[in-house]
Amino acid sequence: MADNRTWKRPPFIKNPTLRWGIAIGGAIYLSIAMGTMDVNWSRVAAGLPRAERFIMSFFPPDFVSRAGDIADGIYESLWMTVVSTVIGIGLSIPVGLGAARNLSPRPVYLFSRGVLAISRTFPEIIIALFAVKIFSFGPFAGIIALSIGTIGFYGKLLAEDIEDMDPVQAEAVKATGSSWFQWLNYAVQPQVMPRMIGLAMYRFDINFRESAVVGIVGAGGIGATLLTSFDRYEFDSSAAILLIIIVIVMAVEYSSGFIRKWVQ
Amino acid sequence: MPDVTPDTKKVWQRRDRNHQIMIWLGQFIAVAIFMYCWHLVSEKTTWFFVLDAPRIATDMLERMMPPKWTYMETLWRPIWDTVAIATLGTLMAVVMAFPIAFLAARNTTPSTAFVRPIALFIIVASRSINSLLWALMLVTVLGPGVLAGVLAIGFRSIGFVAKLLYEAIEEINETQVEAVTATGASGPQILNYGIVPQILPAFAGISVFRWDINIRESAVLGLVGAGGIGLQLSASIDTVTWTQVSVILIVILATVIVSEWVSAKVRHSII
Repeated sequence: MADNRTWKRPPFIKNPTLRWGIAIGGAIYLSIAMGTMDVNWSRVAAGLPRAERFIMSFFPPDFVSRAGDIADGIYESLWMTVVSTVIGIGLSIPVGLGAARNLSPRPVYLFSRGVLAISRTFPEIIIALFAVKIFSFGPFAGIIALSIGTIGFYGKLLAEDIEDMDPVQAEAVKATGSSWFQWLNYAVQPQVMPRMIGLAMYRFDINFRESAVVGIVGAGGIGATLLTSFDRYEFDSSAAILLIIIVIVMAVEYSSGFIRKWVQ
Repeated sequence: MPDVTPDTKKVWQRRDRNHQIMIWLGQFIAVAIFMYCWHLVSEKTTWFFVLDAPRIATDMLERMMPPKWTYMETLWRPIWDTVAIATLGTLMAVVMAFPIAFLAARNTTPSTAFVRPIALFIIVASRSINSLLWALMLVTVLGPGVLAGVLAIGFRSIGFVAKLLYEAIEEINETQVEAVTATGASGPQILNYGIVPQILPAFAGISVFRWDINIRESAVLGLVGAGGIGLQLSASIDTVTWTQVSVILIVILATVIVSEWVSAKVRHSII
């Protein structure tokens, strides 16, 4: 008996009831979800030849005939990104400080966490939808939406970083008799700064990508240009815009890696 | 702050003069860029509307109250669709991202010169294009509906999952792989017994994390006609039934909080 025992890989989830429960439950859920998807297959079949034509009409990308509009849109997206990243991070610093448990009193903590939770829950595009209703069409609404999104993202990460900081250094600075702001400046800030600069770059990158969609609801940026090109069936121009977005995102990502290395 | 006593002794300074000037210059340029961008914003903004905004916002809030709870009855199906879009989309992305991640990771790719750049390009392209833009394109091809939403979420998530996964693959412990290789394992066996067990927890964590993000994203896909609760949202906004809008917002809030809780629980139990 002992001779033909073979080794079996230990399962990922050790409890067999749980393992099979998850597997069967997952299978049932998936089959129901698939069933209720309600796909109109004849529509899909009709769409397939169209898909081919559609995909072909993206090639070759046409950078030239709408060059002026595309340049304007990209430019608008870029400055929207700059302004909203700066404003968003500026506003997220007080909120983030308030949301750090080791820094602020209980009521402030709860309030700041509430602000973060709400601004993080709603996608930028929904906020943009309402910003457009409130501030009328244009890039200002987009900037408001992106800034609110930035507060939720950056404030939460800042708060978590402050909660994770080394308390020994903070105590040492406090022991010198520093004021609260000095303590913040010499004990807290140096500890969180390198990571926060990297995250600021990352958020810049996200804001640029988001600025490409808030235009769909009328909040300015390259998204408006893109939507127009779709609506006018100028898919070769759309392809050009998408390629430019990809290139800029790659450039930002590459340079943010560089800056992060330089900062640390 | 160090006491500055000019002529006599040297005082400790954090940076030398040139470094300090460089930093000042950098800050100056950053502020100048921001001011210039702000100038552009201000040019494109009608400040009258902005000043008027508080009034409009309070007006809107007043009209949203009280939420029309009876509208909930018609919302169960869109909620189900939203979750289904997120789940099926994530599943699709995970299945496709798994091989791409192996092709993109420096230590498992078959060729660094040829295959890896292609895999990296797929990852970047998928990540750069927002799911809403994917949905916009797919609705044109497949017609409005849940399928376009699933595919949009899937395409957007491939890049995300593959990127995090290939970073996890690059950070694996090589000694385990070596040990499996030393038993005379074939290539697929090395993959299966040497690498996959090491990245499985990260993989599960990433998938659940992405699922949680996708719930949020699939809630808005309806704005371009790709199914889910966004359809009801845009319809209610278009017909200015603000009392329904507030119900939908509360529902989205609740769904997101629940999914975040589930995802945090699962990730906590894995890691």
